[in-house]
Amino acid sequence: MTLDRENKLLIGLCAMAAILIAKLFSIQILDDKYKQSAENNTKVYTTIYPTRGIIHDRNGKILVGNKVAYDLLATPSEITEFDTLALAHVLEVEPQFIIDKMAEFKKNKRRIGFQSVVMMKKLPPEVYMKFAEVSYQFPGFRGQARNLREYPFNAGGNLLGYVSEVNENYLKNHADEYKAGDYAGMTGIEAAREKELRGIKGYEVWLRNSKNKIESRFKEGEEDKEAIPGDNITTTIDAELQNYGQMLMNNKVGSLVAIEPSTGEILALISSPGIDVDKLADFGHHYTEISTDPYKPMYNRAVQAPYPPGSVFKLVNGLIGLQEGVFTPNTTYPCSMGFHFGKSGKLRCHAHKSPVNFEESIMMSCNAYYCYVLKDILENKKYENIEESLNKWREYVMSFGFGQKLGSDFPSEQAGFIPDAAYYNKYYKKGGWKALTVISLSIGQAEIGCTPLHLANLCATIANRGHYFIPHIIKDSENVTIDPKYKEKHYTMVDTTHFPKVIGGMYRAVNSGYGSGGTASIAAVEGLDICGKTGTAQNPHGDDHSVFICFAPKDNPKIAVAAFIENGGFGASYAAPIASLLTEKYLTGEICGNERKALEKRMMEANLLHKVRIKK
Amino acid sequence: MIGQIGNRGRGLGKTIDWKLVIIYMTLVLIGWANIYSSVQATDSTGLFDFANRSGKQFVWIAAALVLAIVILFVVSPRIYEGLAVPIYVIAIGLLLAVIVLGVEVKGSRSWFALGPIRFQPAEVSKISTSLMLAAFMSQLGYKISRFKDFVITALIILVPMGIIVMQSETGSALVYVGFIFMLYREGLSGWLIFMVGMAILLFILTLTCSNFVALLVLAGVSSFCIMLYSGRGKWWVFFGIPLIVLMAFLPRLLPEDFFLTPTHILLVVMFILIMVAAYVAFRERHMFTHLSLIAVLGGIMLIFSTAYLFNNVLQDHQRKRIEVLLGMKEDPSGVGYNVNQSKIAIGSGGLWGKGYMEGTQTTFGFVPEQSTDFIFCTIGEEWGFIGSSFVILLYVLLIWRIIRSAERSREAFTRIYGYCVACCIFMHLFINVGMTLGLMPVIGIPLPLVSYGGSSLWAFTVLIFIFIALDRNERKYF
Repeated sequence: MTLDRENKLLIGLCAMAAILIAKLFSIQILDDKYKQSAENNTKVYTTIYPTRGIIHDRNGKILVGNKVAYDLLATPSEITEFDTLALAHVLEVEPQFIIDKMAEFKKNKRRIGFQSVVMMKKLPPEVYMKFAEVSYQFPGFRGQARNLREYPFNAGGNLLGYVSEVNENYLKNHADEYKAGDYAGMTGIEAAREKELRGIKGYEVWLRNSKNKIESRFKEGEEDKEAIPGDNITTTIDAELQNYGQMLMNNKVGSLVAIEPSTGEILALISSPGIDVDKLADFGHHYTEISTDPYKPMYNRAVQAPYPPGSVFKLVNGLIGLQEGVFTPNTTYPCSMGFHFGKSGKLRCHAHKSPVNFEESIMMSCNAYYCYVLKDILENKKYENIEESLNKWREYVMSFGFGQKLGSDFPSEQAGFIPDAAYYNKYYKKGGWKALTVISLSIGQAEIGCTPLHLANLCATIANRGHYFIPHIIKDSENVTIDPKYKEKHYTMVDTTHFPKVIGGMYRAVNSGYGSGGTASIAAVEGLDICGKTGTAQNPHGDDHSVFICFAPKDNPKIAVAAFIENGGFGASYAAPIASLLTEKYLTGEICGNERKALEKRMMEANLLHKVRIKK
Repeated sequence: MIGQIGNRGRGLGKTIDWKLVIIYMTLVLIGWANIYSSVQATDSTGLFDFANRSGKQFVWIAAALVLAIVILFVVSPRIYEGLAVPIYVIAIGLLLAVIVLGVEVKGSRSWFALGPIRFQPAEVSKISTSLMLAAFMSQLGYKISRFKDFVITALIILVPMGIIVMQSETGSALVYVGFIFMLYREGLSGWLIFMVGMAILLFILTLTCSNFVALLVLAGVSSFCIMLYSGRGKWWVFFGIPLIVLMAFLPRLLPEDFFLTPTHILLVVMFILIMVAAYVAFRERHMFTHLSLIAVLGGIMLIFSTAYLFNNVLQDHQRKRIEVLLGMKEDPSGVGYNVNQSKIAIGSGGLWGKGYMEGTQTTFGFVPEQSTDFIFCTIGEEWGFIGSSFVILLYVLLIWRIIRSAERSREAFTRIYGYCVACCIFMHLFINVGMTLGLMPVIGIPLPLVSYGGSSLWAFTVLIFIFIALDRNERKYF
């Protein structure tokens, strides 16, 4: 054979074919990795979802449990002819729904292939059982159990938060931990404690054959992984008290917070309006309704809304004054319907006897008294100038937890605001302000912003005679240990010896009887020794906010409450009755006497929503 | 013109190249069986159900056989030579028309849609160009080395190729490069093929390494050829090699902030040597050296325009495919996905394969286009090394037999046409199988006779059976 061009080309042809066959040989015979890759491609992982941890209240009652619902899966490639009407009947849907679904499957036939698709979500067990009995008539349809949240008590909707299927955004932020179709806590305790509650997913490994049918367990389940259920969580919430508080706050905008002073545990925390637990269970359906509600039920006012505290704040100023020695409990100041300063300046007060001493000033909530106190604190010769004394005052205030995040286990907690010298220097220019300029601070008005949780914490601090525990909502339980910071006492900068005087005033404010000048007589309950302080927070947008803090009993207090009712008027009009009813309910388990029962009814039925200005 | 069935010459049994027909039928049936296997995962219907691809392919096959019979028994093989020009012109017209009237499929405008049937003029153009080349080049007195003849020949190939590139069907256009083997057979200098090969090598080197490396390789190869052909082989060994080695280490030898880059120095050296070589060649009247030097200059220009060609002339998807093939970018889930899954499919077949319809990789749809461009995956996975090698050998046999028959032919027209057919099949085979094996970039052209699709099947049937008819026509009388 000569090497002419024909033969050269034939040799080239054979050489090229040899290259192809050599490559085939290399990947088909020599290299094993492709076989493994192909095997991996045929493995099917079916996820086993763990049951989510249960959330208990402080007494072991279940706040959030689990219930089973069923998803109806359809495998279009296995569906044969069936009785549409019968299926619609057992599933309790319109026959048209089934017809539409079948049409949809047919349209997406290529894409679906042999896979199963979810046809209906969250069938209740009753419906599913009915279907299961006759499911043999409907090949290609099967149920898949799924855990849903269940709420035995209508208590603490926004505290608990909701669980929903993770969306794209969530997946982006938690790429390694979640997959599409997973559920996660989105708000409240469900979100804050997601790591404990969610548990660990397991999986089963199956092999599919070339027809995409699942054939067998991979290595008899050797590579399977069991799901580990989520840890249970115990909250400090008292479910009954929370529920009762919600009833009291019905149709009012505001917050009601109860703390156990000796531990800092939050017994009840109501932000009104809240979210009903039935809506939580199926949050997706109610999302639009809830998110467009003008009263913003998703907004947890108790920890997020900074308000001026009003007269309640006088307690803080009084304690600071005593500590700084600018007055003594026996010091009396006059009050002529207010505090007069400058040429025509006046901070008004209401009618009460004059002059008053410290205890009486708390009992009667005298404004003028605290103007003198604050003026003396700020003009104290101990300090070089007002800037220094104001900053000192601020330091005291902040030692009560104000003006900062308390560090509770609410991720959304707000810090509030306590002004410092720099703030006023900026506002009035340096040297352009003096004690009288900022005199409203004395009665808890002006720039001060604090959340209802701050006020409840103040109340607990006074009840404890000078210290507090950071308020928190999760307790230690079997698998969950809370941060040790919640077990530390936090002392204020005011000596504990000054607190009994304040408590004396708070006791008299409640228990002096009508006509005595005590501002909170309406809160009195015989035998409970409630100590309280009213507040009326001025509100430029409408009616004043009604504020009240109280604790009981006077000695060895069991509960400290802060109530903040938006547009509720005087402290005594709504906040005081509501807080005292909550206290009574907690301490005695019921409301005693016809008078108190009538008050309870009146509070529950009161509707203040029309007074609330809705921001557009 | 019509009705040559009869007893003139030798009989049917002896004149038709039955071996070719059998190879053809075997490939078509292998294709049909594998199309059925690759679609049965999603459409579990019958082999003949017209709703799925295997059913449709049956119809296309039946139609292809009708075409084959018409070509063999109805149409006189003598007409092709005369009709080559009109057919060629009509095909060019169709190619142009489809740019305006065609439907857009996957980013390219190369299909006519007639109701449910789609048809690609580029397929017809393979036939028309082959006939045209055969007709033109078989003329008495044609000499490929004559400039005018060469240019017309080149234009016959380049015009349809250019229009197809304009349709964004670069893959189909690439097939036309294969005609260069036919031209080689017909007397084209082997250096042309060598230069095409060099150009591809330089292009790849520039992309994957650097201009410097590509220049160095160009300098080495061209100096070797020039010195060898001008009788100075020893000089090259003693002076050329040391100089090239020195240049290769230039980047390391130069201080970092030297005012000339190694590439610049290399260019200067090459320029000086080219001038010297040109002078020597002029004195010795050595034509080869002159042409070589022009080629070298062309090579340098190619190297420096590679970046521009790559980034501005190629389309995004083509660029990505080349990048993935050359390992410039890892992209196993994007462009690399197809190739990766395709290799997994073929690789997992092993020696004997997983068995017919038992392939997991292809039937789950991991491999896209598994019944068309990636049909070889199904073969590789289900029939293993044995089966896929067998299919490749069948193609080799097909091409081999066409070339041998073409060589035996007494008519230049038949010979040239036969080579054109062989080149087309070869290019399709190598590009398509090379793509599924990761040897070639992802270029969407079908595997002849096996891939799903009527257009392609009919085109190759016509292409092959015209040759069988031409061949038979000769056997009748000799």
